[in-house]
Amino acid sequence: MTLIDLANPTRFLALTARVLPWLAAATVVLLAIGLYQSAVAPDDYQQGATVKIMFIHVPNAWLSMFVWGVMSIASLGTLVWRHPLADVAAKAAAPIGAAFTFLALLTGSLWGRPMWGTYWEWDARLTSVLILFLMYLGLMALWRAVDDPSRAARAAAVLTLVGAINLPIIKFSVDWWNTLHQPASVMRMGGSALDKSFLIPLLVMAIAFTLLFVTLHLAAMRNEILRRRVRSLQMMQASRVAFSDTGSRQGNASKEAGAA
Amino acid sequence: MMMSLGPYASFIVTSYAAAALVVVILIGWIALDYRSQTERLRELDRSGVTRRSGRSATDTP
Repeated sequence: MTLIDLANPTRFLALTARVLPWLAAATVVLLAIGLYQSAVAPDDYQQGATVKIMFIHVPNAWLSMFVWGVMSIASLGTLVWRHPLADVAAKAAAPIGAAFTFLALLTGSLWGRPMWGTYWEWDARLTSVLILFLMYLGLMALWRAVDDPSRAARAAAVLTLVGAINLPIIKFSVDWWNTLHQPASVMRMGGSALDKSFLIPLLVMAIAFTLLFVTLHLAAMRNEILRRRVRSLQMMQASRVAFSDTGSRQGNASKEAGAA
Repeated sequence: MMMSLGPYASFIVTSYAAAALVVVILIGWIALDYRSQTERLRELDRSGVTRRSGRSATDTP
């Protein structure tokens, strides 16, 4: 099945019906394994048991950027290729991305209090992620503000692509500025700086959360397709009612003219 | 085996609980939205509105 085949919403719904149960099951299994590994992971020599917060903070932080990346590709699909499902994908991803970004900020804050002595610091990494969260909320508001989905899609696509400038700023903020946030320790030149006892649970949790996103995203896209089907059927129903009203009024008018 | 979370247990437990709560809210919102859309399609189907293809409103492949 190619991307063009999936341009047909009915075919896409058939695909989601088939893959969603498998994706959900794989997510549950991987989350269970990841949570078990996180629970039995040793304490860090500096952070102690608070290292366990990293196993949910880091996957959420990765996903906060990954989801915006997915939305940016979908926005290109809307503006350049006019793929019928591109704006459906972008719209469905926004609330999920916002939730992951919120969790990244919250869990980071809960880790920061015992380790840094503060819940919040206006440093480059934290501030740029907060801006990302606000951009997610702005995008969701934009989708709600415009009634016509195709008009909303174009405006949202432009905003998403402009917002993508924030992604390299978030990624490299710890290198470009002197921040309280530690530099990259997993994806960096020269390999991961983490010990295997922390790296493995972290990667399992990252894959589990990514699968969770894919599952929720496909389900949310299915809902959006159904919402648009409801909208177009309601418009058809409304136009039929208007047409029959006009027809009966014209009939009455000709009867009255005949009587006169 | 009893897991010891040390002096910052409340921060760790709150983090995991918040993540679980947000994920449950997301799943619940998506499930309720699906139920609401399929119910609206069923209502349209009952009122005799069909898609341009002639298929029933609730007809998913």
